[in-house]
Amino acid sequence: MHDLQKAAPSVTDESNVARYVLIALALGFLALFLVLPLAVVFTQAFSKGLGAYVAALTHPDALAAIKLTLTVAAIAVPLNIVFGIAASWAIAKHEFRGKSLLITLVDLPFSVSPVVSGLVFVLLFGAQGLLGPWLREHNIEIIFALPGIVLATIFVTFPFVARELIPLMQDQGSADEEAALTLGASGIRAFLTVTLPNIRWALLYGVLLCNARAMGEFGAVAVVSGHIRGETNTMPLHVEILYNEYNFAASFAVASLLALLALVTLCIKTWLEWRYADALAAGRRH
Amino acid sequence: MSAIAEAPGQAGIGTGWRFREKSAIPGFVPAFAWTLIWLSFIVLIPLGALILRASGIGVSGFVDILSDPRVLSALRITFGLSFLAALVNAVFGLIIAWTLVRYRFPGARLADAAVDLPFALPTAVAGISLASLYAPNGWLGVWFAEAGIKVAYTPFGIFIALVFIGLPFVVRTVQPLIAEIDREIEEASATLGASRARTLRSVILPPLAPALLTGFALAFARAVGEYGSVIFIAGNLPYVSEIVPILIVIKLEEFNYAGATAIATVMLAISFVMLLAINLIQAWSRRRFGYA
Repeated sequence: MHDLQKAAPSVTDESNVARYVLIALALGFLALFLVLPLAVVFTQAFSKGLGAYVAALTHPDALAAIKLTLTVAAIAVPLNIVFGIAASWAIAKHEFRGKSLLITLVDLPFSVSPVVSGLVFVLLFGAQGLLGPWLREHNIEIIFALPGIVLATIFVTFPFVARELIPLMQDQGSADEEAALTLGASGIRAFLTVTLPNIRWALLYGVLLCNARAMGEFGAVAVVSGHIRGETNTMPLHVEILYNEYNFAASFAVASLLALLALVTLCIKTWLEWRYADALAAGRRH
Repeated sequence: MSAIAEAPGQAGIGTGWRFREKSAIPGFVPAFAWTLIWLSFIVLIPLGALILRASGIGVSGFVDILSDPRVLSALRITFGLSFLAALVNAVFGLIIAWTLVRYRFPGARLADAAVDLPFALPTAVAGISLASLYAPNGWLGVWFAEAGIKVAYTPFGIFIALVFIGLPFVVRTVQPLIAEIDREIEEASATLGASRARTLRSVILPPLAPALLTGFALAFARAVGEYGSVIFIAGNLPYVSEIVPILIVIKLEEFNYAGATAIATVMLAISFVMLLAINLIQAWSRRRFGYA
Protein backbone atom coordinates (compact mmCIF):
# COMPACT_ATOMS: atom_id res chain seq x y z
CA MET A 1 0.00 0.00 0.00
CA HIS A 2 1.16 3.48 -0.76
CA ASP A 3 0.20 6.88 0.46
CA LEU A 4 -1.60 8.97 -2.11
CA GLN A 5 0.90 11.76 -1.59
CA LYS A 6 3.74 9.66 -2.93
CA ALA A 7 4.45 10.39 -6.57
CA ALA A 8 5.72 7.94 -9.20
CA PRO A 9 3.88 4.72 -8.39
CA SER A 10 5.70 1.41 -8.82
CA VAL A 11 4.96 -1.00 -11.66
CA THR A 12 2.39 -2.80 -9.54
CA ASP A 13 0.29 0.30 -9.01
CA GLU A 14 -2.23 2.05 -11.15
CA SER A 15 -1.52 5.61 -12.22
CA ASN A 16 -2.50 8.31 -9.75
CA VAL A 17 -5.39 9.38 -11.97
CA ALA A 18 -6.79 5.84 -12.13
CA ARG A 19 -6.43 5.57 -8.38
CA TYR A 20 -8.30 8.79 -7.67
CA VAL A 21 -11.07 7.77 -10.07
CA LEU A 22 -11.46 4.34 -8.44
CA ILE A 23 -11.45 5.77 -4.91
CA ALA A 24 -13.99 8.41 -5.95
CA LEU A 25 -16.22 5.76 -7.52
CA ALA A 26 -16.02 3.51 -4.47
CA LEU A 27 -16.63 6.27 -1.94
CA GLY A 28 -19.35 7.83 -4.08
CA PHE A 29 -21.17 4.52 -4.34
CA LEU A 30 -20.88 3.87 -0.60
CA ALA A 31 -22.06 7.39 0.23
CA LEU A 32 -25.02 7.11 -2.12
CA PHE A 33 -26.14 3.66 -1.01
CA LEU A 34 -25.07 3.46 2.63
CA VAL A 35 -24.49 6.87 4.20
CA LEU A 36 -27.47 8.70 2.70
CA PRO A 37 -30.11 6.13 3.76
CA LEU A 38 -28.68 6.14 7.28
CA ALA A 39 -28.67 9.94 7.39
CA VAL A 40 -32.30 10.00 6.24
CA VAL A 41 -33.36 7.80 9.17
CA PHE A 42 -32.01 10.16 11.81
CA THR A 43 -33.02 13.37 10.01
CA GLN A 44 -36.60 12.18 9.56
CA ALA A 45 -36.75 10.85 13.11
CA PHE A 46 -36.06 14.32 14.51
CA SER A 47 -37.96 16.23 11.79
CA LYS A 48 -40.73 17.17 14.22
CA GLY A 49 -38.45 17.93 17.10
CA LEU A 50 -37.16 16.12 20.14
CA GLY A 51 -40.55 16.20 21.86
CA ALA A 52 -42.25 14.30 19.04
CA TYR A 53 -39.34 11.86 18.95
CA VAL A 54 -39.64 11.06 22.65
CA ALA A 55 -43.43 10.91 22.37
CA ALA A 56 -43.19 8.39 19.51
CA LEU A 57 -40.85 6.14 21.49
CA THR A 58 -42.83 6.33 24.72
CA HIS A 59 -46.20 5.63 23.09
CA PRO A 60 -47.67 2.47 24.68
CA ASP A 61 -47.70 0.66 21.31
CA ALA A 62 -44.04 1.53 20.73
CA LEU A 63 -43.10 0.37 24.22
CA ALA A 64 -45.01 -2.86 23.69
CA ALA A 65 -43.16 -3.38 20.38
CA ILE A 66 -39.79 -2.75 22.04
CA LYS A 67 -40.66 -5.17 24.84
CA LEU A 68 -41.80 -7.85 22.37
CA THR A 69 -38.66 -7.48 20.25
CA LEU A 70 -36.45 -7.83 23.34
CA THR A 71 -38.47 -10.84 24.53
CA VAL A 72 -38.22 -12.61 21.17
CA ALA A 73 -34.46 -12.02 20.98
CA ALA A 74 -34.03 -13.15 24.60
CA ILE A 75 -35.65 -16.49 23.72
CA ALA A 76 -34.33 -17.04 20.18
CA VAL A 77 -30.69 -16.06 20.64
CA PRO A 78 -29.85 -18.35 23.63
CA LEU A 79 -31.55 -21.29 21.91
CA ASN A 80 -29.45 -20.71 18.80
CA ILE A 81 -26.31 -20.41 20.94
CA VAL A 82 -26.98 -23.84 22.46
CA PHE A 83 -27.65 -25.26 19.01
CA GLY A 84 -24.59 -23.56 17.50
CA ILE A 85 -22.26 -24.97 20.16
CA ALA A 86 -23.77 -28.46 19.93
CA ALA A 87 -23.62 -28.49 16.12
CA SER A 88 -20.06 -27.20 15.93
CA TRP A 89 -18.92 -29.66 18.63
CA ALA A 90 -20.41 -32.58 16.69
CA ILE A 91 -19.24 -31.34 13.28
CA ALA A 92 -15.79 -29.90 14.03
CA LYS A 93 -14.52 -32.30 16.68
CA HIS A 94 -15.77 -35.58 15.20
CA GLU A 95 -15.66 -37.43 11.89
CA PHE A 96 -18.85 -38.97 10.59
CA ARG A 97 -20.62 -39.76 7.33
CA GLY A 98 -22.81 -37.13 5.75
CA LYS A 99 -21.05 -34.26 7.50
CA SER A 100 -21.05 -31.94 4.49
CA LEU A 101 -24.77 -32.60 3.97
CA LEU A 102 -25.38 -31.62 7.60
CA ILE A 103 -23.39 -28.39 7.14
CA THR A 104 -25.45 -27.57 4.05
CA LEU A 105 -28.69 -28.18 5.97
CA VAL A 106 -27.54 -25.95 8.83
CA ASP A 107 -26.85 -23.16 6.32
CA LEU A 108 -30.14 -23.71 4.50
CA PRO A 109 -32.24 -21.02 6.27
CA PHE A 110 -29.92 -18.34 4.83
CA SER A 111 -31.00 -19.25 1.31
CA VAL A 112 -34.72 -19.25 2.02
CA SER A 113 -36.71 -16.06 1.38
CA PRO A 114 -37.89 -14.50 4.68
CA VAL A 115 -41.48 -14.66 3.45
CA VAL A 116 -41.19 -18.40 2.78
CA SER A 117 -39.59 -18.82 6.23
CA GLY A 118 -42.72 -17.37 7.79
CA LEU A 119 -45.09 -19.19 5.46
CA VAL A 120 -43.83 -22.66 6.42
CA PHE A 121 -44.91 -22.04 10.03
CA VAL A 122 -48.32 -20.79 8.92
CA LEU A 123 -48.76 -23.98 6.88
CA LEU A 124 -47.79 -26.03 9.92
CA PHE A 125 -49.50 -24.21 12.80
CA GLY A 126 -52.01 -21.82 11.15
CA ALA A 127 -55.80 -22.22 11.36
CA GLN A 128 -55.75 -24.12 8.06
CA GLY A 129 -52.35 -25.68 8.78
CA LEU A 130 -51.49 -29.33 9.30
CA LEU A 131 -51.65 -29.06 13.08
CA GLY A 132 -54.22 -26.24 13.10
CA PRO A 133 -57.30 -28.25 14.18
CA TRP A 134 -55.40 -30.04 16.95
CA LEU A 135 -53.96 -26.76 18.27
CA ARG A 136 -57.42 -25.15 18.27
CA GLU A 137 -58.86 -28.08 20.23
CA HIS A 138 -56.18 -27.65 22.87
CA ASN A 139 -56.41 -23.85 22.87
CA ILE A 140 -52.79 -23.38 21.88
CA GLU A 141 -52.00 -20.24 19.91
CA ILE A 142 -48.84 -20.25 17.83
CA ILE A 143 -49.54 -18.21 14.71
CA PHE A 144 -50.48 -14.55 15.38
CA ALA A 145 -48.91 -15.01 18.84
CA LEU A 146 -45.51 -14.99 20.54
CA PRO A 147 -44.56 -18.66 19.80
CA GLY A 148 -44.94 -18.15 16.05
CA ILE A 149 -42.81 -15.01 16.09
CA VAL A 150 -40.14 -16.79 18.13
CA LEU A 151 -40.16 -19.83 15.81
CA ALA A 152 -39.84 -17.68 12.67
CA THR A 153 -37.03 -15.70 14.30
CA ILE A 154 -35.16 -18.86 15.30
CA PHE A 155 -35.51 -20.12 11.73
CA VAL A 156 -34.00 -17.04 10.07
CA THR A 157 -31.17 -16.73 12.63
CA PHE A 158 -30.55 -20.49 12.76
CA PRO A 159 -27.08 -20.66 11.11
CA PHE A 160 -25.43 -17.54 12.62
CA VAL A 161 -23.63 -19.03 15.64
CA ALA A 162 -22.88 -22.42 14.08
CA ARG A 163 -21.31 -20.98 10.93
CA GLU A 164 -18.91 -18.81 12.95
CA LEU A 165 -17.86 -21.67 15.21
CA ILE A 166 -17.58 -24.61 12.77
CA PRO A 167 -14.69 -23.30 10.59
CA LEU A 168 -12.82 -21.96 13.63
CA MET A 169 -13.12 -25.20 15.60
CA GLN A 170 -12.10 -27.18 12.52
CA ASP A 171 -8.98 -25.00 12.21
CA GLN A 172 -8.15 -25.43 15.88
CA GLY A 173 -8.43 -29.22 15.81
CA SER A 174 -8.84 -31.22 19.01
CA ALA A 175 -5.25 -31.55 20.28
CA ASP A 176 -5.87 -29.14 23.18
CA GLU A 177 -8.97 -31.03 24.30
CA GLU A 178 -7.15 -34.37 23.98
CA ALA A 179 -4.37 -33.06 26.20
CA ALA A 180 -6.90 -31.93 28.81
CA LEU A 181 -8.64 -35.32 28.72
CA THR A 182 -5.32 -37.14 29.04
CA LEU A 183 -4.57 -35.06 32.11
CA GLY A 184 -7.78 -36.36 33.64
CA ALA A 185 -10.28 -33.61 32.89
CA SER A 186 -13.88 -34.61 32.30
CA GLY A 187 -15.46 -33.85 28.92
CA ILE A 188 -17.47 -30.98 30.39
CA ARG A 189 -14.42 -29.58 32.14
CA ALA A 190 -12.37 -29.82 28.92
CA PHE A 191 -15.08 -27.93 27.08
CA LEU A 192 -15.44 -25.21 29.70
CA THR A 193 -11.75 -24.64 30.38
CA VAL A 194 -10.16 -25.41 26.99
CA THR A 195 -12.66 -25.12 24.14
CA LEU A 196 -14.76 -22.22 25.38
CA PRO A 197 -11.82 -19.83 25.93
CA ASN A 198 -10.56 -20.73 22.44
CA ILE A 199 -13.84 -19.88 20.75
CA ARG A 200 -15.18 -17.07 22.94
CA TRP A 201 -14.54 -14.20 20.50
CA ALA A 202 -15.97 -16.07 17.53
CA LEU A 203 -18.93 -17.00 19.72
CA LEU A 204 -19.47 -13.36 20.64
CA TYR A 205 -19.19 -12.45 16.96
CA GLY A 206 -21.84 -15.01 15.98
CA VAL A 207 -24.14 -13.99 18.86
CA LEU A 208 -23.83 -10.34 17.82
CA LEU A 209 -24.91 -11.02 14.23
CA CYS A 210 -27.61 -13.45 15.41
CA ASN A 211 -29.03 -10.84 17.78
CA ALA A 212 -29.00 -8.06 15.17
CA ARG A 213 -30.96 -10.21 12.75
CA ALA A 214 -33.32 -11.49 15.48
CA MET A 215 -34.26 -7.96 16.53
CA GLY A 216 -34.45 -6.64 12.98
CA GLU A 217 -36.20 -9.49 11.16
CA PHE A 218 -39.16 -8.26 9.16
CA GLY A 219 -40.40 -10.56 6.38
CA ALA A 220 -40.69 -13.85 8.27
CA VAL A 221 -42.16 -12.19 11.35
CA ALA A 222 -44.61 -10.11 9.27
CA VAL A 223 -46.13 -13.32 7.89
CA VAL A 224 -46.68 -15.02 11.27
CA SER A 225 -47.45 -12.04 13.50
CA GLY A 226 -50.85 -10.81 12.32
CA HIS A 227 -49.85 -7.21 13.14
CA ILE A 228 -51.91 -6.93 16.32
CA ARG A 229 -51.01 -3.56 17.85
CA GLY A 230 -49.57 -3.67 21.31
CA GLU A 231 -49.60 -7.49 21.21
CA THR A 232 -47.79 -9.09 18.27
CA ASN A 233 -46.06 -6.07 16.76
CA THR A 234 -42.29 -6.20 16.92
CA MET A 235 -40.28 -3.03 16.35
CA PRO A 236 -39.79 -3.55 12.59
CA LEU A 237 -43.52 -4.24 12.21
CA HIS A 238 -44.36 -1.16 14.24
CA VAL A 239 -42.13 0.85 11.88
CA GLU A 240 -44.13 -0.53 8.94
CA ILE A 241 -47.53 0.26 10.46
CA LEU A 242 -46.61 3.83 11.38
CA TYR A 243 -45.10 4.38 7.92
CA ASN A 244 -48.20 3.06 6.16
CA GLU A 245 -50.29 5.47 8.26
CA TYR A 246 -48.13 8.34 6.93
CA ASN A 247 -46.92 8.92 10.47
CA PHE A 248 -43.39 9.27 9.11
CA ALA A 249 -41.69 11.03 12.01
CA ALA A 250 -42.87 8.39 14.51
CA SER A 251 -42.01 5.59 12.11
CA PHE A 252 -38.47 6.89 11.66
CA ALA A 253 -38.17 7.47 15.41
CA VAL A 254 -38.69 3.76 16.07
CA ALA A 255 -36.52 2.98 13.02
CA SER A 256 -33.74 5.12 14.49
CA LEU A 257 -33.53 2.77 17.48
CA LEU A 258 -33.08 -0.17 15.11
CA ALA A 259 -30.51 1.81 13.10
CA LEU A 260 -28.67 2.54 16.33
CA LEU A 261 -28.66 -1.18 17.11
CA ALA A 262 -27.17 -1.81 13.65
CA LEU A 263 -24.47 0.82 14.21
CA VAL A 264 -23.54 -0.57 17.63
CA THR A 265 -23.43 -4.07 16.11
CA LEU A 266 -21.13 -2.86 13.32
CA CYS A 267 -18.85 -1.06 15.80
CA ILE A 268 -18.42 -4.10 18.07
CA LYS A 269 -18.02 -6.35 15.01
CA THR A 270 -15.31 -4.11 13.53
CA TRP A 271 -13.58 -3.91 16.90
CA LEU A 272 -13.64 -7.73 17.22
CA GLU A 273 -12.23 -8.13 13.69
CA TRP A 274 -9.50 -5.63 14.40
CA ARG A 275 -8.58 -6.70 17.93
CA TYR A 276 -9.16 -10.44 17.77
CA ALA A 277 -8.63 -11.23 14.09
CA ASP A 278 -6.63 -14.35 15.02
CA ALA A 279 -9.37 -15.69 17.27
CA LEU A 280 -11.98 -15.53 14.52
CA ALA A 281 -12.11 -18.19 11.83
CA ALA A 282 -9.61 -17.56 9.05
CA GLY A 283 -11.86 -18.19 6.07
CA ARG A 284 -14.86 -16.49 7.60
CA ARG A 285 -17.57 -15.61 5.15
CA HIS A 286 -20.33 -13.20 5.98
CA MET B 1 0.51 -34.65 9.59
CA SER B 2 -2.36 -35.48 7.27
CA ALA B 3 -1.32 -39.14 7.38
CA ILE B 4 -1.80 -39.15 11.13
CA ALA B 5 -5.14 -37.41 10.84
CA GLU B 6 -6.34 -39.96 8.31
CA ALA B 7 -5.18 -43.00 10.26
CA PRO B 8 -8.51 -43.67 12.04
CA GLY B 9 -10.26 -43.42 8.68
CA GLN B 10 -7.99 -46.08 7.22
CA ALA B 11 -8.82 -48.38 10.10
CA GLY B 12 -12.50 -47.70 9.49
CA ILE B 13 -12.31 -48.96 5.92
CA GLY B 14 -10.71 -52.21 7.11
CA THR B 15 -13.56 -53.03 9.47
CA GLY B 16 -16.42 -52.26 7.12
CA TRP B 17 -18.92 -49.41 7.00
CA ARG B 18 -18.96 -47.23 10.01
CA PHE B 19 -21.04 -44.13 10.65
CA ARG B 20 -18.53 -42.44 12.89
CA GLU B 21 -14.81 -42.73 13.38
CA LYS B 22 -13.53 -43.41 16.87
CA SER B 23 -12.46 -40.28 18.66
CA ALA B 24 -10.97 -39.44 22.04
CA ILE B 25 -13.27 -36.42 22.25
CA PRO B 26 -16.45 -37.24 24.20
CA GLY B 27 -19.91 -35.81 23.79
CA PHE B 28 -20.60 -36.77 20.19
CA VAL B 29 -23.93 -38.48 20.86
CA PRO B 30 -25.63 -35.67 22.84
CA ALA B 31 -24.23 -32.93 20.58
CA PHE B 32 -25.16 -34.76 17.38
CA ALA B 33 -28.59 -35.75 18.71
CA TRP B 34 -29.41 -32.18 19.75
CA THR B 35 -28.21 -30.89 16.37
CA LEU B 36 -30.51 -33.30 14.54
CA ILE B 37 -33.52 -32.70 16.81
CA TRP B 38 -33.25 -28.91 16.63
CA LEU B 39 -32.57 -28.97 12.88
CA SER B 40 -35.62 -31.19 12.37
CA PHE B 41 -37.99 -29.10 14.48
CA ILE B 42 -36.93 -25.69 13.23
CA VAL B 43 -35.94 -26.33 9.62
CA LEU B 44 -36.70 -29.75 8.19
CA ILE B 45 -40.25 -30.38 9.47
CA PRO B 46 -41.51 -26.85 8.59
CA LEU B 47 -39.97 -27.07 5.10
CA GLY B 48 -41.42 -30.58 4.87
CA ALA B 49 -44.86 -29.13 5.66
CA LEU B 50 -44.48 -26.82 2.67
CA ILE B 51 -43.49 -29.70 0.37
CA LEU B 52 -46.34 -31.87 1.73
CA ARG B 53 -48.83 -29.09 1.14
CA ALA B 54 -47.43 -28.52 -2.35
CA SER B 55 -47.75 -32.20 -3.23
CA GLY B 56 -51.47 -31.93 -2.49
CA ILE B 57 -51.91 -29.26 -5.16
CA GLY B 58 -51.04 -31.54 -8.04
CA VAL B 59 -49.33 -30.78 -11.33
CA SER B 60 -52.38 -29.23 -12.99
CA GLY B 61 -52.98 -27.05 -9.94
CA PHE B 62 -49.38 -25.85 -10.10
CA VAL B 63 -49.67 -25.07 -13.80
CA ASP B 64 -52.91 -23.14 -13.17
CA ILE B 65 -51.42 -21.03 -10.39
CA LEU B 66 -48.08 -20.37 -12.06
CA SER B 67 -49.49 -19.58 -15.50
CA ASP B 68 -51.48 -16.68 -14.02
CA PRO B 69 -50.15 -13.60 -15.88
CA ARG B 70 -49.80 -11.74 -12.59
CA VAL B 71 -47.54 -14.48 -11.18
CA LEU B 72 -45.51 -14.67 -14.39
CA SER B 73 -45.07 -10.92 -14.42
CA ALA B 74 -43.94 -10.95 -10.76
CA LEU B 75 -41.42 -13.70 -11.56
CA ARG B 76 -40.11 -11.70 -14.52
CA ILE B 77 -39.79 -8.51 -12.47
CA THR B 78 -38.13 -10.27 -9.53
CA PHE B 79 -35.58 -12.21 -11.58
CA GLY B 80 -34.84 -9.47 -14.10
CA LEU B 81 -34.23 -6.80 -11.48
CA SER B 82 -32.30 -9.18 -9.19
CA PHE B 83 -30.02 -10.03 -12.11
CA LEU B 84 -29.41 -6.37 -12.96
CA ALA B 85 -28.82 -5.45 -9.32
CA ALA B 86 -26.37 -8.34 -8.84
CA LEU B 87 -24.54 -7.24 -11.99
CA VAL B 88 -24.16 -3.67 -10.70
CA ASN B 89 -23.06 -5.13 -7.36
CA ALA B 90 -20.43 -7.26 -9.10
CA VAL B 91 -18.93 -4.21 -10.88
CA PHE B 92 -19.01 -1.78 -7.96
CA GLY B 93 -18.29 -4.51 -5.41
CA LEU B 94 -15.07 -5.33 -7.26
CA ILE B 95 -14.08 -1.65 -7.43
CA ILE B 96 -14.84 -1.14 -3.72
CA ALA B 97 -13.00 -4.31 -2.68
CA TRP B 98 -9.98 -3.35 -4.80
CA THR B 99 -9.93 0.19 -3.43
CA LEU B 100 -10.22 -0.98 0.18
CA VAL B 101 -7.40 -3.52 -0.14
CA ARG B 102 -4.95 -1.64 -2.37
CA TYR B 103 -5.23 2.05 -1.57
CA ARG B 104 -4.71 3.94 1.62
CA PHE B 105 -6.94 6.98 1.91
CA PRO B 106 -8.66 8.94 4.67
CA GLY B 107 -11.74 7.10 5.91
CA ALA B 108 -10.73 3.75 4.42
CA ARG B 109 -11.34 1.85 7.66
CA LEU B 110 -14.71 3.55 8.11
CA ALA B 111 -15.68 2.72 4.52
CA ASP B 112 -14.64 -0.90 5.11
CA ALA B 113 -16.84 -1.16 8.21
CA ALA B 114 -19.73 0.58 6.43
CA VAL B 115 -19.86 -2.08 3.71
CA ASP B 116 -21.58 -4.43 6.18
CA LEU B 117 -24.36 -1.96 6.93
CA PRO B 118 -26.91 -3.74 4.69
CA PHE B 119 -26.29 -6.93 6.74
CA ALA B 120 -26.80 -5.14 10.03
CA LEU B 121 -29.56 -2.66 9.21
CA PRO B 122 -33.05 -4.20 9.56
CA THR B 123 -34.62 -4.48 6.12
CA ALA B 124 -37.72 -2.49 7.10
CA VAL B 125 -35.53 0.43 8.16
CA ALA B 126 -33.63 0.30 4.87
CA GLY B 127 -36.96 0.08 3.08
CA ILE B 128 -38.60 3.18 4.53
CA SER B 129 -35.36 5.11 4.34
CA LEU B 130 -34.79 4.35 0.64
CA ALA B 131 -38.47 5.05 -0.09
CA SER B 132 -38.29 8.48 1.53
CA LEU B 133 -34.91 9.22 -0.09
CA TYR B 134 -36.20 8.51 -3.60
CA ALA B 135 -39.79 9.73 -3.17
CA PRO B 136 -40.60 12.63 -5.56
CA ASN B 137 -40.03 15.07 -2.68
CA GLY B 138 -37.09 13.16 -1.17
CA TRP B 139 -33.44 14.27 -1.12
CA LEU B 140 -32.56 12.34 -4.27
CA GLY B 141 -36.07 11.95 -5.68
CA VAL B 142 -36.25 15.71 -6.28
CA TRP B 143 -33.27 15.53 -8.64
CA PHE B 144 -34.69 12.55 -10.49
CA ALA B 145 -38.11 14.25 -10.67
CA GLU B 146 -36.52 17.30 -12.28
CA ALA B 147 -35.00 15.02 -14.88
CA GLY B 148 -38.44 13.49 -15.39
CA ILE B 149 -37.51 10.11 -13.85
CA LYS B 150 -39.72 8.43 -11.26
CA VAL B 151 -37.77 6.17 -8.91
CA ALA B 152 -39.96 5.36 -5.93
CA TYR B 153 -43.00 3.18 -6.72
CA THR B 154 -41.44 1.95 -9.99
CA PRO B 155 -39.20 -1.01 -10.94
CA PHE B 156 -36.24 1.40 -10.76
CA GLY B 157 -36.94 1.78 -7.03
CA ILE B 158 -36.92 -2.00 -6.57
CA PHE B 159 -33.58 -2.12 -8.37
CA ILE B 160 -32.12 0.50 -5.97
CA ALA B 161 -33.24 -1.50 -2.94
CA LEU B 162 -31.79 -4.73 -4.37
CA VAL B 163 -28.45 -3.04 -5.06
CA PHE B 164 -28.41 -1.84 -1.44
CA ILE B 165 -28.94 -5.28 0.13
CA GLY B 166 -26.64 -7.17 -2.29
CA LEU B 167 -23.53 -5.01 -2.07
CA PRO B 168 -21.73 -6.67 0.89
CA PHE B 169 -21.93 -10.13 -0.69
CA VAL B 170 -19.63 -9.24 -3.59
CA VAL B 171 -17.23 -7.05 -1.59
CA ARG B 172 -16.77 -9.61 1.20
CA THR B 173 -16.32 -12.53 -1.21
CA VAL B 174 -13.74 -10.80 -3.44
CA GLN B 175 -11.87 -8.76 -0.80
CA PRO B 176 -9.90 -11.60 0.89
CA LEU B 177 -8.72 -12.89 -2.50
CA ILE B 178 -7.45 -9.48 -3.60
CA ALA B 179 -5.55 -9.28 -0.33
CA GLU B 180 -3.85 -12.59 -1.12
CA ILE B 181 -2.72 -11.74 -4.65
CA ASP B 182 1.02 -12.24 -4.95
CA ARG B 183 2.62 -8.95 -5.96
CA GLU B 184 5.48 -10.86 -7.66
CA ILE B 185 3.13 -12.08 -10.38
CA GLU B 186 2.21 -8.50 -11.14
CA GLU B 187 5.88 -7.54 -11.15
CA ALA B 188 6.67 -10.40 -13.53
CA SER B 189 3.88 -9.30 -15.84
CA ALA B 190 5.17 -5.71 -15.80
CA THR B 191 8.74 -6.86 -16.36
CA LEU B 192 7.61 -8.80 -19.40
CA GLY B 193 6.35 -5.53 -20.85
CA ALA B 194 2.64 -5.69 -20.10
CA SER B 195 0.93 -2.40 -19.43
CA ARG B 196 -0.82 -1.99 -16.08
CA ALA B 197 -4.21 -2.36 -17.78
CA ARG B 198 -3.04 -5.55 -19.51
CA THR B 199 -1.75 -6.94 -16.19
CA LEU B 200 -5.07 -6.19 -14.51
CA ARG B 201 -7.01 -7.83 -17.32
CA SER B 202 -4.89 -10.93 -17.96
CA VAL B 203 -3.15 -11.60 -14.65
CA ILE B 204 -5.30 -10.27 -11.83
CA LEU B 205 -8.88 -10.62 -13.03
CA PRO B 206 -8.95 -14.32 -14.10
CA PRO B 207 -8.19 -15.75 -10.63
CA LEU B 208 -10.77 -13.37 -9.12
CA ALA B 209 -13.46 -14.53 -11.52
CA PRO B 210 -14.79 -17.47 -9.42
CA ALA B 211 -15.07 -15.30 -6.30
CA LEU B 212 -16.74 -12.59 -8.33
CA LEU B 213 -19.18 -15.15 -9.71
CA THR B 214 -19.86 -16.51 -6.20
CA GLY B 215 -20.48 -12.99 -4.92
CA PHE B 216 -22.78 -12.32 -7.85
CA ALA B 217 -24.72 -15.55 -7.17
CA LEU B 218 -25.02 -14.76 -3.44
CA ALA B 219 -26.27 -11.23 -4.17
CA PHE B 220 -28.68 -12.56 -6.78
CA ALA B 221 -30.03 -15.26 -4.45
CA ARG B 222 -30.56 -12.73 -1.67
CA ALA B 223 -32.25 -10.26 -4.04
CA VAL B 224 -34.71 -12.82 -5.36
CA GLY B 225 -36.10 -13.50 -1.88
CA GLU B 226 -35.83 -9.96 -0.53
CA TYR B 227 -38.98 -8.48 0.97
CA GLY B 228 -38.54 -5.83 3.68
CA SER B 229 -36.32 -3.35 1.89
CA VAL B 230 -38.31 -3.60 -1.36
CA ILE B 231 -41.98 -3.30 -0.45
CA PHE B 232 -41.87 0.32 0.71
CA ILE B 233 -40.13 1.70 -2.36
CA ALA B 234 -41.82 -0.65 -4.85
CA GLY B 235 -45.38 0.63 -4.65
CA ASN B 236 -46.42 -2.99 -5.35
CA LEU B 237 -48.47 -2.35 -8.49
CA PRO B 238 -49.52 -5.65 -10.09
CA TYR B 239 -47.80 -6.21 -13.46
CA VAL B 240 -45.51 -3.22 -12.85
CA SER B 241 -43.66 -3.31 -9.55
CA GLU B 242 -44.96 -6.40 -7.77
CA ILE B 243 -42.28 -8.87 -6.67
CA VAL B 244 -42.78 -12.57 -5.92
CA PRO B 245 -42.41 -12.40 -2.10
CA ILE B 246 -45.16 -9.74 -1.80
CA LEU B 247 -47.37 -11.87 -4.03
CA ILE B 248 -46.97 -14.75 -1.54
CA VAL B 249 -48.00 -12.43 1.29
CA ILE B 250 -51.02 -11.19 -0.71
CA LYS B 251 -52.15 -14.76 -1.46
CA LEU B 252 -51.80 -15.59 2.22
CA GLU B 253 -53.87 -12.55 3.25
CA GLU B 254 -56.56 -13.71 0.80
CA PHE B 255 -56.44 -17.13 2.53
CA ASN B 256 -55.37 -18.58 -0.83
CA TYR B 257 -53.06 -21.14 0.81
CA ALA B 258 -52.66 -23.22 -2.35
CA GLY B 259 -51.53 -20.18 -4.32
CA ALA B 260 -49.07 -19.08 -1.62
CA THR B 261 -47.74 -22.64 -1.29
CA ALA B 262 -47.24 -23.14 -5.04
CA ILE B 263 -45.35 -19.86 -5.48
CA ALA B 264 -43.30 -20.47 -2.32
CA THR B 265 -42.38 -23.94 -3.55
CA VAL B 266 -41.02 -22.44 -6.76
CA MET B 267 -39.02 -19.92 -4.71
CA LEU B 268 -37.69 -22.71 -2.50
CA ALA B 269 -36.69 -24.78 -5.53
CA ILE B 270 -34.85 -21.76 -6.94
CA SER B 271 -33.07 -21.29 -3.59
CA PHE B 272 -31.86 -24.89 -3.78
CA VAL B 273 -30.66 -24.42 -7.36
CA MET B 274 -28.78 -21.25 -6.37
CA LEU B 275 -27.23 -23.02 -3.37
CA LEU B 276 -26.13 -25.86 -5.66
CA ALA B 277 -24.77 -23.42 -8.25
CA ILE B 278 -22.73 -21.58 -5.60
CA ASN B 279 -21.31 -24.88 -4.33
CA LEU B 280 -20.43 -25.95 -7.88
CA ILE B 281 -18.67 -22.62 -8.58
CA GLN B 282 -16.63 -23.08 -5.40
CA ALA B 283 -15.80 -26.72 -6.18
CA TRP B 284 -14.73 -25.71 -9.71
CA SER B 285 -12.65 -22.87 -8.31
CA ARG B 286 -10.94 -25.20 -5.84
CA ARG B 287 -9.99 -27.54 -8.70
CA ARG B 288 -8.95 -24.77 -11.08
CA PHE B 289 -7.26 -22.28 -8.73
CA GLY B 290 -6.73 -24.22 -5.52
CA TYR B 291 -9.08 -22.11 -3.40
CA ALA B 292 -12.78 -21.40 -3.17
